[in-house]
Amino acid sequence: MTPIIKVANVTKVYDGVKALDSVSFEVERGEIFGLLGPNGAGKTTLVKILTTVIKPTSGKAEIDSHDVVKSAGEVRKRIGVVFQETTLDNDLTVYENLDFHARLYGMDRKERLKRIEEVLSLVELEDYANTLVRKLSGGMKRRLEIARGILHKPKVLFLDEPTLGLDVHTRRKIWRYVEGLRNEGVTVFMTTHYMEEADRLCDRVAIIDRGRIVAIDTPSNLKRMVGGDVVRIEFEGEFKLQIKAKKIVRGENFVEITVEDCERVLPEILRAFKVVKSVSIRKPMLEDTFVALTGRELK
Amino acid sequence: MNSSKRFAQNLNAVYVLWLRDVKRFVRTKSRFLGSLGMPFFFLIFFSLGFRRATIPTLKIPYVDFVTPGIVTMILLFSGTFSGVSVVWDRQFGFLREILVSPASRISIAFGRILGGTTVAMIQAVIMIFVSLFVGFNPNLLGIPMALIFMFLTGITFTGIGVVFSTQMRDMHGFQLVVNFFVFPLFLLSGALFPIDELGRLKWLALLNPMSYGVDGVRWCLTGYTEINPTIDFAVLLLVGAVSTILAGFLFSRMEE
Repeated sequence: MTPIIKVANVTKVYDGVKALDSVSFEVERGEIFGLLGPNGAGKTTLVKILTTVIKPTSGKAEIDSHDVVKSAGEVRKRIGVVFQETTLDNDLTVYENLDFHARLYGMDRKERLKRIEEVLSLVELEDYANTLVRKLSGGMKRRLEIARGILHKPKVLFLDEPTLGLDVHTRRKIWRYVEGLRNEGVTVFMTTHYMEEADRLCDRVAIIDRGRIVAIDTPSNLKRMVGGDVVRIEFEGEFKLQIKAKKIVRGENFVEITVEDCERVLPEILRAFKVVKSVSIRKPMLEDTFVALTGRELK
Repeated sequence: MNSSKRFAQNLNAVYVLWLRDVKRFVRTKSRFLGSLGMPFFFLIFFSLGFRRATIPTLKIPYVDFVTPGIVTMILLFSGTFSGVSVVWDRQFGFLREILVSPASRISIAFGRILGGTTVAMIQAVIMIFVSLFVGFNPNLLGIPMALIFMFLTGITFTGIGVVFSTQMRDMHGFQLVVNFFVFPLFLLSGALFPIDELGRLKWLALLNPMSYGVDGVRWCLTGYTEINPTIDFAVLLLVGAVSTILAGFLFSRMEE
């Protein structure tokens, strides 16, 4: 099957500044694809181009084999979008916002009723159907936007920083919904500057910095690029280690062993010690990869 | 997709945008009252203040003369503001929800124009009713025809409002629209005094589409006319069509 999103050498210039610099990648059907990068890296610009809101300066982008510039209408039918800023109508109720959207996408009455009920229960907002949107909390609004984004069964759902500015509890909720989208069969294209989020949700992650994509891979492969898991053991007495470690740092009464897959080799490591006082494991973070690739902290 | 299905979908888009405008209007009571406040005071105090004035070119009671002017004023103000409110939608993000939808840009613009016109007409009809208590004595048989003139006037100015909105980034331009578009058009339309009183500047009134709306509505409700109802109708039809098409065109070229 052809990739659902194809981006080839897309460049966008704003007032002489390159917001995107020859970006190319593909997204497979059914994937949750993450675009990870700091603020101002070009994430939103890319989303706007892929969702036909703005046109690229040069290069070509396709959704489901339709060009985002030449057949914008076809593209719009296939996508759902949750922008960073809310795009709900505050003066309408939850239900009316969904109904408005469904009609705008040409859904017939029967389908509308069924689907609105489905998406409301997906994001657990059934009890708020008749509440005015302006009375909802920020987290509820975001949930409603996700519901609206998938209402018309798009092939691709774009989520631009879906958990920006939300508390931890709500963020976890949103993650659960996004994970639930796998069952909907929709491809998800999301941007984030939270490592943890990309790591947890995405099948593949593209790291973007200053308008350029610097790496694309699965989160675990990306993390592997910067080494492995660090096992720190405090011990007494002697030890005799016989495994292949990437790196061993010895201290007075502790040792730090860097291995690739600590869950598998941990028993073996522990067997080498007579007395283990404590064990701690530090997994590499996508953040480490980002720093390694760009030489900058992710902010 | 075949063309009839596409047409149906676009019609549906026009309908939902219209419905949204009407719902929002009916729901926000402050807007409802606020929009009727100014025309109401204009009506009361102008008809009171000028009730004994003699205007050489005026042959009917002042209250009968000014009421159709005030009614048409509502269409000018409310229609223009409705059109310009697309800028609000842009600022609050809602416009983006519409722009990434498959509904055609033309049908979006058209839905907005129809919605704004409907809201303005509801206000105008309420004002006709209110004016009965101030001493206005309309020809009831002329009301259906007056509604047609009101509709055309509403379409014209809502369309022009949408045209303005496509050229504005934020609401800062709103004062300009009020002071350099809405008010001059209102004052030069023959709503408050006969355009013949403008003397040598009468041509300004004849360049003003609002004058034809005022004259048309006034002719329907009172039988009094300064221009000619047929010309009024033709001019409004033309200007209304042009502003709608221009609004649709500019809207479709808009990025975000």
